Amino acid sequence: MSLWRALNGRNDDDDRPAPGTPVFVAHGLTKVYRMGEVEVHALRGMDLELLAGEFVVLLGPSGSGKSTLLNILGGLDTPSGGTVRYREHDLVGADERRLTKYRREHVGFVFQFYNLIPSLTARENIALVTEIARRPMTPEEALALVDLADRMDHFPSQLSGGQQQRVAIARAVAKRPDVLLCDEPTGALDITSGKVVLGVLARVNRELGTTTAVITHNAAIAAMADRVVTIADGRISKVVRNDHKASPEDLAW
Amino acid sequence: MLDRKLRRDLLRMKGQAAAIALVVACAVAAYVGSTTTYRALRSSNEVYYDRFAFADVFAELRRAPRSLASRIAEIPGVGTVETRIVADGPMDIPGFAEPATAHVVSIPPGGPRLNRLVLLSGRMPEPGAGEALAGDTLLKLHHLRLGDAVTVALEGTRHTLRLVGTATSPEFIFQIRPGDLLPDDAHFAVFWLPESDLAAATRLDGAFNNVALRLAPGARETDVLARLDRLLEPYGCLGAYGRDRHVSHRFISDEIRQLQGVAVFMPAVFLGVAAFLLNVAFSRLVGTQREQIAAIKALGYGNAAVGLHFLQLAGVIVLLGTLVGTLAGAWFGSAMTRMYALFYHLPLFRYELDPSAVASAVLLSLLTAFAGVAGAVRRAVRLPPAEAMRPPAPPRYHATLLERLGLGRLLGPVGRMILRSLGRRPVRALLTAVGVAAAMAVLVLGAFLDDSITWMMDLQFRRAQLEDATVTFVEPRDPAVVHELHAVPGVTAVEPFRAVPAVLRAGHRTYRIGILGLPSPAALHRISDREGNLVALPAGGLMLTDKLADLLHARPGDDLDVDILEGTRPRKTVRLAAVVPDLIGLSAYMELDSLNRLAGHGPALSGAFLSVDPAAEQALHRRLKDAPLVAGVLLQRVAVASFEATNAQYLLFFTGILVLFAAVIAVGVVYNSARVTLAERERELASLRVLGFTRGEVSAVLLGELAVLVVLALPLGCLFGLGFSALIARNLSSDLFRVPLIVESSTFAFAALVVLGASLLTALAVRRRIDRLDLVEVLKTKE
Repeated sequence: MSLWRALNGRNDDDDRPAPGTPVFVAHGLTKVYRMGEVEVHALRGMDLELLAGEFVVLLGPSGSGKSTLLNILGGLDTPSGGTVRYREHDLVGADERRLTKYRREHVGFVFQFYNLIPSLTARENIALVTEIARRPMTPEEALALVDLADRMDHFPSQLSGGQQQRVAIARAVAKRPDVLLCDEPTGALDITSGKVVLGVLARVNRELGTTTAVITHNAAIAAMADRVVTIADGRISKVVRNDHKASPEDLAW
Repeated sequence: MLDRKLRRDLLRMKGQAAAIALVVACAVAAYVGSTTTYRALRSSNEVYYDRFAFADVFAELRRAPRSLASRIAEIPGVGTVETRIVADGPMDIPGFAEPATAHVVSIPPGGPRLNRLVLLSGRMPEPGAGEALAGDTLLKLHHLRLGDAVTVALEGTRHTLRLVGTATSPEFIFQIRPGDLLPDDAHFAVFWLPESDLAAATRLDGAFNNVALRLAPGARETDVLARLDRLLEPYGCLGAYGRDRHVSHRFISDEIRQLQGVAVFMPAVFLGVAAFLLNVAFSRLVGTQREQIAAIKALGYGNAAVGLHFLQLAGVIVLLGTLVGTLAGAWFGSAMTRMYALFYHLPLFRYELDPSAVASAVLLSLLTAFAGVAGAVRRAVRLPPAEAMRPPAPPRYHATLLERLGLGRLLGPVGRMILRSLGRRPVRALLTAVGVAAAMAVLVLGAFLDDSITWMMDLQFRRAQLEDATVTFVEPRDPAVVHELHAVPGVTAVEPFRAVPAVLRAGHRTYRIGILGLPSPAALHRISDREGNLVALPAGGLMLTDKLADLLHARPGDDLDVDILEGTRPRKTVRLAAVVPDLIGLSAYMELDSLNRLAGHGPALSGAFLSVDPAAEQALHRRLKDAPLVAGVLLQRVAVASFEATNAQYLLFFTGILVLFAAVIAVGVVYNSARVTLAERERELASLRVLGFTRGEVSAVLLGELAVLVVLALPLGCLFGLGFSALIARNLSSDLFRVPLIVESSTFAFAALVVLGASLLTALAVRRRIDRLDLVEVLKTKE
């Protein structure tokens, strides 16, 4: 380990786990929300492993608990019970500061409504992340990856929904995250734009080897995954391995 | 049902509502406080004048037989006539070593018919018993009781006056020793003596030296004054005058006028800020409630109901503010009334919370509120339900001018976010900065008075006028008296002066004044201009203050007619040699020898300025006070100290109030701006948190924007502060007094610190909200 890395406390990033080894391990996850006077059981004891480099689709109807699971994996939320680890990081006992650091260093998020900063151009939205990341790609590289090199200086209000989502993906992957978590990434898009966005996600997963989890209620998307985890009523009801992954262009819904 | 929504909306925006209500409360407090005080002051003054028969015309003379009274009464237009004896002399108060002056007025048999007495305690004095009434504050200030005695020297003889009662009268609402800047009740008091007693003491048996009269209905004052002057001139009258030149009347009417100005100005500033805050808060509210508004309309509520709903919400906030403001205003008003009681002797002055002032405050603040929310409410009313159901178009941003100029390269993304967010709503950003600047300006205003008065005092008493004591003689004395004064132990320098009463005439304009003759060059009593530069007396001719020259429409080089009002009363023509712009009042100066030549008799002195060894001051005072032919001794140090003490009390009160007001404005503006921005950009900030920005980094985006505005507001606040101060300086300036526009840099620093402190505290409160942002919840909802 070089002196520079030692000074920066880096000892786990550059040695990515070999493909196929578990990176996320969750046991008996439960999550109870209090919505006013009603208790909502979003997760009712869930066991799950995500493997390095795989593309997982978490499939389920709305209210099944899949977003809650994704938020816990991404360090946005903490479970009420059970354990969840990302490699050597315990995500249950971590305080706000450690969760922020975890998100900053390891996780890329993509949301249904893009969540771009409207006052920043495409390039600047990405620079926002690359400035605080350790070994990012340049904003230009990230935008080239999503085929938007020609829209770099456009503001979000000047881009279509699909283009905005691709900027969001570029922003999520620019820091070379270990894991990319996508919450209904095509939920607000028409089918053509949706397929372009899914193509970009598949490419990132293939070319950068980023572990990718996509949650959706759209069963058609499941065909492009390595594994499909079906969630119902806060539990995993079914896990299916795809021996033949479909290409995003061939999907239809 | 909409009422229930109203209540809950109000609860949800309680922080903002409270901030706005507090600013409204300040406006109402300032308005109610100053308006009610103004009305109380004006009406008590009017009632007092009326019930206690304040005279319309006054004249002072040397001596006239009492039989002249009937001839005065014969002048057409004259109603009631009262002839009196009035005298001044140094007095001794038991247990009080400092120099004090008594102003003694006669009580005619049967009591005065004009300027009637208000007996506040005790009884009327009996003739021939050495009894007197004293002004209302003498006993309290010097811990005396009825039955105690003071000694007053009149015409060189000491008289012991036993105090049997306290009183006041409408001609002494404002009691000031001639030549003083501010009233000084510790060193100046009015006494009333039975006419026969005072006549004996002043050797004016069967005579009088003062006339007060009331005009008959419909009489013209100028006609009466002219005839009265003609009648009294042979008796040493220096010119009769109306209420407009009566010192007490002038001070009180200036005060009433000034208070009226404050009653308009301060609330206007606060209401302006309140209207802006309501505008911002309601624009945001209507923005976030688009879908609710659409749903309400879809359910069949009319546009009028929706509009009324938002107006009601604004109305409730403003009424809450008005309630708090009225209570604070009542307190403020009664405190101001107590403050005025320090300066004015107004027995009928009672503070009352005038319901009509409260009603107009309510009306004014409701009107302001509706003006503030009009735009937002119009948008809510016009919103078509179908359109409102769709989310609003994403906000459009573009690179700001600064970035296009190349500055953008210096900024990171967060800097650009701040810059572009400000650039997207430049009017709101500007108004926010203006609001914070207004807070700062109010602070500058509060401290400016202190700066100006301190500067003025310093100029008058430490830089220009270097004398430690002033001695005035009963009669003009031979210049040899200078040597006598030099011989008094403790006196280190003597500078004689001459004062000659005269009427200056320029065309049909006239002004009666004492011309002050000073040696040239002067070593002690020096004249300075408004900027503090010393001004030398011209070798010959008159020098007038600019205000007096303006009154006479005279310019340097003009010839003025001067009627000398003593001795052989010659009329001379004198060149106006110079005009000096100065701060205090109306004055006429001449070189000492030239003045003596003008007056038409040999060299004579009216008094002298002394430089005194501080250790010998008290002894010198005791010795001079009792000397025959000395009319009065004034110790400069004592006068300045008492002025500064009164002044400090007054300023502490007003500066305190203004600091409170300013803090409310600063907090109100910053808090509102922060909350609205937070609401608008919650999602953006949550996105940043998801990307791995820490709480501190995210706060920097929002608070950085506020910081930019507050920093922009600082220079703007200095500018506004100067502007407000200039307005108030003009409002406070009168013929008697001119307030210089002096704002020290420490005042700007103080104002900036208070504004920064208030902003910082508010920012910390908002920071806590940013820390508590629920990321999952915020990101789940679509904008």
